Amino acid sequence: MIPKAFDYCRPKTLPEAISLLQQHGDAAKILSGGQSLIPMMKMRLAQPEYLIDINQIGGLDYIKEDDGYLKIGALTREADLEASDLIRSKYPLILDTAFSIADPQVRNLATVGGNLAHGDPANDHPATMLALNAEVIATGPQGQRIVPIKDFFVSLFTTALQPNEILTEIRIPVPPARSGGAYFKLERKVGDFATVGVAAQVSIDAKATCQQAGIGLTNVGGTPIKAEKAEEFLRGKALDDGNISLAASLAADDAHPSSDLRGPADYKISMVRELTKRALTKALNRASQER
Amino acid sequence: MTSKNAVDITVKVNGKEHSATVEPRLLLVHFIREHLTLTGTHIGCDTTNCGACTVLLDGRAVKSCTLFTVQVDGRELRTIEGVGNTSALHPLQEGFKEKHGLQCGFCTPGMIMSACALLEKKPHPTEEDIRWGISGNLCRCTGYQNIVKAVQYAAEKMSASATQS
Repeated sequence: MIPKAFDYCRPKTLPEAISLLQQHGDAAKILSGGQSLIPMMKMRLAQPEYLIDINQIGGLDYIKEDDGYLKIGALTREADLEASDLIRSKYPLILDTAFSIADPQVRNLATVGGNLAHGDPANDHPATMLALNAEVIATGPQGQRIVPIKDFFVSLFTTALQPNEILTEIRIPVPPARSGGAYFKLERKVGDFATVGVAAQVSIDAKATCQQAGIGLTNVGGTPIKAEKAEEFLRGKALDDGNISLAASLAADDAHPSSDLRGPADYKISMVRELTKRALTKALNRASQER
Repeated sequence: MTSKNAVDITVKVNGKEHSATVEPRLLLVHFIREHLTLTGTHIGCDTTNCGACTVLLDGRAVKSCTLFTVQVDGRELRTIEGVGNTSALHPLQEGFKEKHGLQCGFCTPGMIMSACALLEKKPHPTEEDIRWGISGNLCRCTGYQNIVKAVQYAAEKMSASATQS
Protein backbone atom coordinates (compact mmCIF):
# COMPACT_ATOMS: atom_id res chain seq x y z
CA MET A 1 0.00 0.00 0.00
CA ILE A 2 3.00 2.24 -0.52
CA PRO A 3 3.21 3.93 -3.92
CA LYS A 4 6.28 3.61 -6.07
CA ALA A 5 8.68 6.53 -5.58
CA PHE A 6 8.11 9.55 -7.79
CA ASP A 7 9.25 13.10 -8.32
CA TYR A 8 6.89 15.81 -7.14
CA CYS A 9 6.36 19.26 -8.58
CA ARG A 10 3.94 21.94 -7.52
CA PRO A 11 3.77 24.60 -10.25
CA LYS A 12 2.22 27.93 -9.39
CA THR A 13 0.87 28.70 -12.87
CA LEU A 14 -0.85 26.87 -15.68
CA PRO A 15 1.93 27.55 -18.25
CA GLU A 16 4.43 26.11 -15.76
CA ALA A 17 2.31 22.98 -15.32
CA ILE A 18 1.91 22.54 -19.07
CA SER A 19 5.62 22.92 -19.67
CA LEU A 20 6.25 20.23 -17.05
CA LEU A 21 3.84 17.95 -18.94
CA GLN A 22 5.68 18.76 -22.18
CA GLN A 23 8.92 17.79 -20.49
CA HIS A 24 7.81 14.50 -19.00
CA GLY A 25 5.02 13.35 -21.32
CA ASP A 26 3.49 10.00 -20.42
CA ALA A 27 5.68 9.63 -17.37
CA ALA A 28 3.75 12.41 -15.62
CA LYS A 29 0.30 12.52 -14.07
CA ILE A 30 -1.61 15.54 -12.89
CA LEU A 31 -2.49 15.54 -9.18
CA SER A 32 -5.78 17.32 -8.65
CA GLY A 33 -7.97 16.02 -5.79
CA GLY A 34 -6.07 12.75 -5.91
CA GLN A 35 -9.06 10.81 -4.62
CA SER A 36 -9.03 8.49 -7.64
CA LEU A 37 -5.34 8.65 -8.48
CA ILE A 38 -3.79 8.17 -5.05
CA PRO A 39 -5.72 4.96 -4.24
CA MET A 40 -4.53 3.58 -7.60
CA MET A 41 -0.95 4.58 -6.84
CA LYS A 42 -1.17 2.89 -3.45
CA MET A 43 -2.11 -0.34 -5.19
CA ARG A 44 0.56 0.37 -7.80
CA LEU A 45 -2.03 0.22 -10.57
CA ALA A 46 -0.67 3.65 -11.46
CA GLN A 47 3.06 4.34 -11.27
CA PRO A 48 3.73 7.83 -12.56
CA GLU A 49 7.35 8.93 -12.36
CA TYR A 50 6.33 12.57 -11.96
CA LEU A 51 3.36 13.94 -10.10
CA ILE A 52 2.38 17.48 -11.04
CA ASP A 53 0.33 18.95 -8.21
CA ILE A 54 -1.89 21.66 -9.70
CA ASN A 55 -3.67 22.57 -6.46
CA GLN A 56 -1.75 25.80 -6.03
CA ILE A 57 -2.72 27.16 -9.44
CA GLY A 58 -5.14 30.03 -8.91
CA GLY A 59 -8.18 30.85 -10.98
CA LEU A 60 -9.28 27.30 -11.71
CA ASP A 61 -12.07 26.97 -9.18
CA TYR A 62 -15.27 28.76 -10.08
CA ILE A 63 -18.94 28.07 -10.72
CA LYS A 64 -20.59 30.75 -12.85
CA GLU A 65 -23.03 31.39 -15.63
CA ASP A 66 -21.50 33.31 -18.46
CA ASP A 67 -22.22 33.75 -22.13
CA GLY A 68 -24.97 31.12 -22.29
CA TYR A 69 -22.97 28.50 -20.38
CA LEU A 70 -22.64 27.20 -16.87
CA LYS A 71 -18.87 27.21 -16.46
CA ILE A 72 -17.19 25.08 -13.79
CA GLY A 73 -13.45 25.38 -13.22
CA ALA A 74 -11.57 22.10 -13.11
CA LEU A 75 -10.33 22.58 -9.54
CA THR A 76 -13.85 23.09 -8.17
CA ARG A 77 -14.27 20.61 -5.30
CA GLU A 78 -17.37 18.42 -5.10
CA ALA A 79 -18.06 20.06 -1.73
CA ASP A 80 -18.11 23.45 -3.50
CA LEU A 81 -20.79 22.17 -5.87
CA GLU A 82 -22.84 21.02 -2.88
CA ALA A 83 -22.54 24.44 -1.27
CA SER A 84 -23.31 26.43 -4.40
CA ASP A 85 -26.68 28.24 -4.45
CA LEU A 86 -26.53 28.37 -8.23
CA ILE A 87 -26.13 24.61 -8.57
CA ARG A 88 -28.72 23.90 -5.91
CA SER A 89 -31.33 26.16 -7.46
CA LYS A 90 -30.78 25.69 -11.19
CA TYR A 91 -28.87 22.45 -11.74
CA PRO A 92 -30.31 19.72 -9.48
CA LEU A 93 -28.87 17.04 -11.78
CA ILE A 94 -25.35 18.25 -10.98
CA LEU A 95 -26.21 18.52 -7.28
CA ASP A 96 -27.59 14.96 -7.29
CA THR A 97 -24.37 13.79 -8.91
CA ALA A 98 -22.02 15.62 -6.54
CA PHE A 99 -23.86 14.21 -3.51
CA SER A 100 -23.59 10.69 -4.85
CA ILE A 101 -19.81 10.77 -5.07
CA ALA A 102 -18.01 8.81 -2.33
CA ASP A 103 -18.33 10.52 1.07
CA PRO A 104 -17.90 13.94 2.74
CA GLN A 105 -14.16 13.60 3.26
CA VAL A 106 -13.49 12.58 -0.34
CA ARG A 107 -15.80 15.33 -1.60
CA ASN A 108 -13.75 17.94 0.25
CA LEU A 109 -10.78 17.16 -1.97
CA ALA A 110 -12.16 15.55 -5.13
CA THR A 111 -12.47 17.89 -8.10
CA VAL A 112 -14.88 18.00 -11.01
CA GLY A 113 -11.98 18.19 -13.45
CA GLY A 114 -10.35 15.12 -11.98
CA ASN A 115 -13.60 13.18 -11.94
CA LEU A 116 -13.77 13.67 -15.72
CA ALA A 117 -10.08 13.58 -16.69
CA HIS A 118 -9.41 10.31 -14.85
CA GLY A 119 -11.40 8.48 -17.53
CA ASP A 120 -12.97 6.01 -15.12
CA PRO A 121 -16.42 4.85 -16.32
CA ALA A 122 -17.28 4.33 -12.65
CA ASN A 123 -16.96 8.03 -11.85
CA ASP A 124 -20.29 9.86 -11.69
CA HIS A 125 -19.85 13.23 -13.42
CA PRO A 126 -19.16 11.74 -16.87
CA ALA A 127 -22.70 10.38 -17.29
CA THR A 128 -24.15 13.67 -16.09
CA MET A 129 -22.01 15.74 -18.42
CA LEU A 130 -22.98 13.42 -21.30
CA ALA A 131 -26.64 14.01 -20.47
CA LEU A 132 -26.03 17.78 -20.38
CA ASN A 133 -24.09 17.84 -23.70
CA ALA A 134 -21.22 19.57 -21.95
CA GLU A 135 -17.92 20.69 -23.44
CA VAL A 136 -14.47 20.15 -22.01
CA ILE A 137 -11.84 22.87 -22.27
CA ALA A 138 -8.39 21.34 -22.64
CA THR A 139 -5.46 23.71 -22.23
CA GLY A 140 -2.10 22.87 -23.76
CA PRO A 141 0.99 24.57 -25.11
CA GLN A 142 -0.96 25.84 -28.12
CA GLY A 143 -3.72 27.29 -25.97
CA GLN A 144 -7.28 26.14 -25.38
CA ARG A 145 -9.17 23.48 -27.28
CA ILE A 146 -12.86 22.60 -26.94
CA VAL A 147 -13.75 18.92 -26.85
CA PRO A 148 -17.45 17.96 -26.98
CA ILE A 149 -18.11 15.59 -24.09
CA LYS A 150 -19.33 12.80 -26.38
CA ASP A 151 -15.84 12.71 -27.94
CA PHE A 152 -14.02 12.98 -24.63
CA PHE A 153 -14.13 9.45 -23.25
CA VAL A 154 -12.04 7.24 -25.50
CA SER A 155 -11.47 4.01 -23.58
CA LEU A 156 -10.82 2.76 -20.06
CA PHE A 157 -8.80 5.46 -18.23
CA THR A 158 -8.16 7.17 -21.57
CA THR A 159 -9.64 10.50 -22.56
CA ALA A 160 -9.15 12.83 -25.51
CA LEU A 161 -6.63 14.84 -23.47
CA GLN A 162 -3.19 14.88 -25.07
CA PRO A 163 -0.24 14.11 -22.76
CA ASN A 164 0.60 17.83 -22.65
CA GLU A 165 -2.92 19.07 -21.91
CA ILE A 166 -4.78 19.84 -18.73
CA LEU A 167 -8.57 19.87 -18.38
CA THR A 168 -9.20 23.40 -17.12
CA GLU A 169 -12.96 23.86 -17.43
CA ILE A 170 -16.19 22.01 -18.06
CA ARG A 171 -19.00 24.05 -19.53
CA ILE A 172 -22.64 23.24 -19.93
CA PRO A 173 -24.97 25.08 -22.32
CA VAL A 174 -27.58 26.68 -20.07
CA PRO A 175 -30.68 24.53 -20.57
CA PRO A 176 -33.80 26.22 -21.94
CA ALA A 177 -36.79 26.97 -19.72
CA ARG A 178 -38.84 23.90 -18.76
CA SER A 179 -35.79 21.72 -18.30
CA GLY A 180 -35.03 19.27 -15.57
CA GLY A 181 -32.58 16.54 -14.75
CA ALA A 182 -31.92 13.82 -12.20
CA TYR A 183 -29.17 11.34 -11.34
CA PHE A 184 -29.96 7.93 -9.89
CA LYS A 185 -27.15 5.80 -8.55
CA LEU A 186 -27.57 2.24 -7.35
CA GLU A 187 -24.85 1.36 -4.87
CA ARG A 188 -24.27 -1.41 -2.35
CA LYS A 189 -23.70 1.13 0.39
CA VAL A 190 -23.19 4.86 0.70
CA GLY A 191 -19.83 5.85 -0.71
CA ASP A 192 -19.50 2.94 -3.12
CA PHE A 193 -18.96 3.21 -6.84
CA ALA A 194 -22.14 2.77 -8.86
CA THR A 195 -23.47 -0.72 -9.50
CA VAL A 196 -25.31 1.27 -12.15
CA GLY A 197 -25.87 5.03 -12.49
CA VAL A 198 -28.16 6.92 -14.84
CA ALA A 199 -28.23 10.66 -15.52
CA ALA A 200 -31.20 12.12 -17.40
CA GLN A 201 -31.81 15.66 -18.59
CA VAL A 202 -34.95 16.67 -20.51
CA SER A 203 -36.45 19.81 -21.95
CA ILE A 204 -40.15 19.98 -22.68
CA ASP A 205 -42.48 22.42 -24.39
CA ALA A 206 -45.72 23.81 -22.96
CA LYS A 207 -47.56 20.61 -23.92
CA ALA A 208 -44.95 18.44 -22.14
CA THR A 209 -43.57 17.13 -25.42
CA CYS A 210 -39.90 16.34 -25.20
CA GLN A 211 -37.74 18.81 -27.13
CA GLN A 212 -34.41 17.43 -26.04
CA ALA A 213 -33.26 14.48 -23.99
CA GLY A 214 -29.84 13.54 -22.64
CA ILE A 215 -29.12 10.22 -20.97
CA GLY A 216 -25.74 9.12 -19.57
CA LEU A 217 -24.85 5.76 -18.04
CA THR A 218 -22.29 5.13 -15.28
CA ASN A 219 -20.18 2.01 -14.84
CA VAL A 220 -21.84 -0.20 -17.45
CA GLY A 221 -19.04 -0.28 -20.00
CA GLY A 222 -15.39 0.54 -20.60
CA THR A 223 -16.33 4.19 -20.85
CA PRO A 224 -19.29 6.21 -19.60
CA ILE A 225 -22.06 5.78 -22.15
CA LYS A 226 -24.36 8.21 -23.91
CA ALA A 227 -27.65 6.42 -24.57
CA GLU A 228 -28.15 8.04 -27.98
CA LYS A 229 -30.85 5.68 -29.27
CA ALA A 230 -33.03 6.45 -26.26
CA GLU A 231 -32.35 10.19 -26.61
CA GLU A 232 -33.25 10.15 -30.29
CA PHE A 233 -36.40 8.16 -29.59
CA LEU A 234 -37.70 10.65 -27.05
CA ARG A 235 -37.25 13.73 -29.20
CA GLY A 236 -40.66 15.10 -30.23
CA LYS A 237 -42.57 12.54 -28.15
CA ALA A 238 -44.79 12.92 -25.11
CA LEU A 239 -42.95 11.90 -21.96
CA ASP A 240 -45.65 9.48 -20.83
CA ASP A 241 -45.05 6.22 -19.00
CA GLY A 242 -45.15 4.21 -22.22
CA ASN A 243 -42.48 6.27 -23.97
CA ILE A 244 -40.34 6.47 -20.85
CA SER A 245 -40.46 2.68 -20.63
CA LEU A 246 -39.48 2.28 -24.26
CA ALA A 247 -36.65 4.78 -23.85
CA ALA A 248 -35.45 2.89 -20.77
CA SER A 249 -35.25 -0.32 -22.78
CA LEU A 250 -33.28 1.45 -25.50
CA ALA A 251 -30.88 2.82 -22.89
CA ALA A 252 -30.44 -0.68 -21.44
CA ASP A 253 -29.53 -1.91 -24.94
CA ASP A 254 -26.57 0.49 -24.96
CA ALA A 255 -25.22 -0.85 -21.68
CA HIS A 256 -22.53 -3.54 -21.74
CA PRO A 257 -21.55 -4.07 -18.13
CA SER A 258 -19.23 -6.75 -16.82
CA SER A 259 -20.26 -9.23 -14.17
CA ASP A 260 -18.36 -8.51 -10.98
CA LEU A 261 -18.78 -8.21 -7.21
CA ARG A 262 -21.50 -5.62 -7.74
CA GLY A 263 -23.64 -8.06 -9.68
CA PRO A 264 -24.07 -10.12 -12.82
CA ALA A 265 -24.24 -8.32 -16.16
CA ASP A 266 -27.89 -9.07 -16.82
CA TYR A 267 -28.85 -7.75 -13.39
CA LYS A 268 -27.03 -4.52 -14.15
CA ILE A 269 -28.77 -4.22 -17.50
CA SER A 270 -32.15 -4.59 -15.76
CA MET A 271 -31.09 -1.91 -13.34
CA VAL A 272 -30.17 0.44 -16.20
CA ARG A 273 -33.70 0.02 -17.46
CA GLU A 274 -35.22 0.67 -14.05
CA LEU A 275 -33.01 3.63 -13.15
CA THR A 276 -33.51 5.23 -16.57
CA LYS A 277 -37.28 5.12 -15.96
CA ARG A 278 -36.84 6.74 -12.56
CA ALA A 279 -34.36 9.34 -13.78
CA LEU A 280 -36.54 10.35 -16.75
CA THR A 281 -39.63 10.53 -14.53
CA LYS A 282 -37.91 12.74 -11.99
CA ALA A 283 -36.32 14.87 -14.71
CA LEU A 284 -39.77 15.39 -16.21
CA ASN A 285 -41.18 16.33 -12.79
CA ARG A 286 -38.48 18.91 -12.29
CA ALA A 287 -38.91 20.24 -15.84
CA SER A 288 -42.67 20.60 -15.29
CA GLN A 289 -42.09 22.63 -12.14
CA GLU A 290 -39.92 25.10 -13.99
CA ARG A 291 -41.64 28.19 -15.23
CA MET B 1 9.95 23.29 -8.14
CA THR B 2 10.98 19.71 -8.86
CA SER B 3 12.59 17.41 -6.38
CA LYS B 4 14.07 13.96 -6.19
CA ASN B 5 13.19 11.96 -3.12
CA ALA B 6 13.31 14.63 -0.45
CA VAL B 7 11.08 17.66 -0.08
CA ASP B 8 11.19 20.19 2.75
CA ILE B 9 7.82 20.92 4.22
CA THR B 10 6.41 22.98 7.03
CA VAL B 11 3.01 22.21 8.45
CA LYS B 12 1.08 23.45 11.47
CA VAL B 13 -0.36 20.56 13.46
CA ASN B 14 -2.70 21.24 16.36
CA GLY B 15 -1.38 24.78 16.51
CA LYS B 16 2.29 23.82 16.50
CA GLU B 17 4.57 24.25 13.52
CA HIS B 18 6.61 21.29 12.30
CA SER B 19 9.31 21.18 9.65
CA ALA B 20 10.46 17.98 8.02
CA THR B 21 12.16 16.57 4.97
CA VAL B 22 10.05 13.83 3.43
CA GLU B 23 9.79 11.60 0.36
CA PRO B 24 7.00 12.73 -1.95
CA ARG B 25 5.31 9.35 -1.61
CA LEU B 26 5.06 9.55 2.19
CA LEU B 27 1.34 9.35 2.95
CA LEU B 28 0.07 11.99 5.34
CA VAL B 29 -1.25 9.35 7.75
CA HIS B 30 2.23 7.85 8.05
CA PHE B 31 3.77 11.27 8.62
CA ILE B 32 1.24 11.98 11.39
CA ARG B 33 1.64 8.60 13.07
CA GLU B 34 5.33 7.90 12.63
CA HIS B 35 7.11 11.24 12.24
CA LEU B 36 4.93 13.21 14.63
CA THR B 37 4.08 10.15 16.78
CA LEU B 38 0.46 11.28 16.92
CA THR B 39 -0.99 7.79 16.88
CA GLY B 40 -4.58 8.76 17.60
CA THR B 41 -5.16 8.86 13.85
CA HIS B 42 -5.66 5.26 12.72
CA ILE B 43 -5.18 3.24 9.57
CA GLY B 44 -8.23 1.01 9.11
CA CYS B 45 -8.54 0.00 5.48
CA ASP B 46 -5.92 1.93 3.52
CA THR B 47 -8.37 2.00 0.60
CA THR B 48 -10.04 5.36 1.33
CA ASN B 49 -13.14 3.62 2.69
CA CYS B 50 -13.22 3.49 6.48
CA GLY B 51 -12.38 7.05 7.56
CA ALA B 52 -10.37 5.98 10.63
CA CYS B 53 -7.61 8.22 9.28
CA THR B 54 -9.79 11.35 9.14
CA VAL B 55 -8.10 14.63 10.12
CA LEU B 56 -9.00 18.27 9.51
CA LEU B 57 -7.01 20.06 6.80
CA ASP B 58 -7.63 23.81 7.02
CA GLY B 59 -10.84 22.90 8.83
CA ARG B 60 -12.10 20.40 6.23
CA ALA B 61 -12.38 16.70 7.01
CA VAL B 62 -10.09 14.63 4.78
CA LYS B 63 -8.79 11.06 4.74
CA SER B 64 -5.12 11.31 5.54
CA CYS B 65 -4.37 7.94 3.92
CA THR B 66 -5.28 9.51 0.57
CA LEU B 67 -3.00 12.54 0.69
CA PHE B 68 0.74 12.88 0.36
CA THR B 69 2.54 14.77 3.11
CA VAL B 70 4.06 17.12 0.55
CA GLN B 71 0.58 18.31 -0.36
CA VAL B 72 0.03 19.90 3.07
CA ASP B 73 3.12 22.08 2.98
CA GLY B 74 2.20 25.50 4.40
CA ARG B 75 -1.21 24.34 5.63
CA GLU B 76 -2.88 23.58 8.91
CA LEU B 77 -3.87 20.21 10.33
CA ARG B 78 -5.96 19.20 13.31
CA THR B 79 -5.85 15.65 14.64
CA ILE B 80 -7.74 14.00 17.50
CA GLU B 81 -4.91 15.02 19.83
CA GLY B 82 -5.92 18.61 19.12
CA VAL B 83 -9.49 18.03 20.28
CA GLY B 84 -9.86 18.49 24.01
CA ASN B 85 -7.72 16.65 26.55
CA THR B 86 -8.22 14.33 29.52
CA SER B 87 -8.66 17.19 31.98
CA ALA B 88 -10.99 19.14 29.71
CA LEU B 89 -12.92 16.92 27.34
CA HIS B 90 -14.31 18.41 24.17
CA PRO B 91 -18.14 18.13 24.15
CA LEU B 92 -17.81 15.47 21.45
CA GLN B 93 -15.48 13.38 23.63
CA GLU B 94 -17.87 13.85 26.53
CA GLY B 95 -20.74 12.80 24.29
CA PHE B 96 -18.99 9.61 23.22
CA LYS B 97 -18.35 8.85 26.88
CA GLU B 98 -21.85 9.66 28.14
CA LYS B 99 -23.71 7.99 25.28
CA HIS B 100 -21.48 4.91 24.94
CA GLY B 101 -20.55 5.95 21.42
CA LEU B 102 -17.62 3.56 21.21
CA GLN B 103 -16.71 -0.07 21.97
CA CYS B 104 -13.29 -0.91 20.57
CA GLY B 105 -12.61 2.75 19.87
CA PHE B 106 -10.76 2.21 16.61
CA CYS B 107 -13.09 4.32 14.47
CA THR B 108 -13.63 6.90 17.20
CA PRO B 109 -10.94 9.47 16.42
CA GLY B 110 -12.06 9.58 12.80
CA MET B 111 -15.70 9.81 13.85
CA ILE B 112 -14.93 12.72 16.16
CA MET B 113 -12.97 14.59 13.48
CA SER B 114 -15.81 14.18 10.97
CA ALA B 115 -18.34 15.21 13.62
CA CYS B 116 -16.20 18.21 14.50
CA ALA B 117 -16.29 19.40 10.89
CA LEU B 118 -20.03 18.69 10.70
CA LEU B 119 -20.87 20.70 13.81
CA GLU B 120 -18.78 23.58 12.55
CA LYS B 121 -20.97 23.76 9.43
CA LYS B 122 -24.25 22.63 11.03
CA PRO B 123 -24.37 23.45 14.74
CA HIS B 124 -27.95 22.13 14.95
CA PRO B 125 -27.87 18.99 12.84
CA THR B 126 -30.84 16.72 12.37
CA GLU B 127 -30.33 12.99 12.77
CA GLU B 128 -30.15 12.72 9.00
CA ASP B 129 -27.50 15.46 8.87
CA ILE B 130 -25.42 13.52 11.41
CA ARG B 131 -25.74 10.19 9.61
CA TRP B 132 -24.86 11.91 6.35
CA GLY B 133 -21.99 13.77 8.00
CA ILE B 134 -20.37 10.55 9.26
CA SER B 135 -21.14 8.57 6.10
CA GLY B 136 -17.43 8.47 5.33
CA ASN B 137 -16.64 6.71 8.61
CA LEU B 138 -17.23 3.01 9.20
CA CYS B 139 -17.84 1.39 12.59
CA ARG B 140 -17.87 -2.38 13.02
CA CYS B 141 -18.91 -2.39 16.66
CA THR B 142 -21.71 -0.03 17.53
CA GLY B 143 -24.25 -0.01 14.71
CA TYR B 144 -23.89 3.81 14.72
CA GLN B 145 -26.91 4.42 16.98
CA ASN B 146 -24.91 5.65 19.97
CA ILE B 147 -22.48 7.53 17.77
CA VAL B 148 -25.42 9.57 16.51
CA LYS B 149 -26.55 10.15 20.11
CA ALA B 150 -23.03 11.21 21.07
CA VAL B 151 -22.97 13.81 18.31
CA GLN B 152 -26.44 15.03 19.27
CA TYR B 153 -25.27 15.37 22.88
CA ALA B 154 -22.28 17.43 21.73
CA ALA B 155 -24.39 19.63 19.46
CA GLU B 156 -26.76 20.44 22.32
CA LYS B 157 -23.93 21.13 24.74
CA MET B 158 -22.07 23.32 22.26
CA SER B 159 -25.09 25.39 21.31
CA ALA B 160 -26.08 25.78 24.96
CA SER B 161 -22.69 27.21 25.87
CA ALA B 162 -22.74 29.33 22.70
CA THR B 163 -25.96 31.00 23.80
CA GLN B 164 -24.59 31.47 27.29
CA SER B 165 -21.42 33.30 26.25
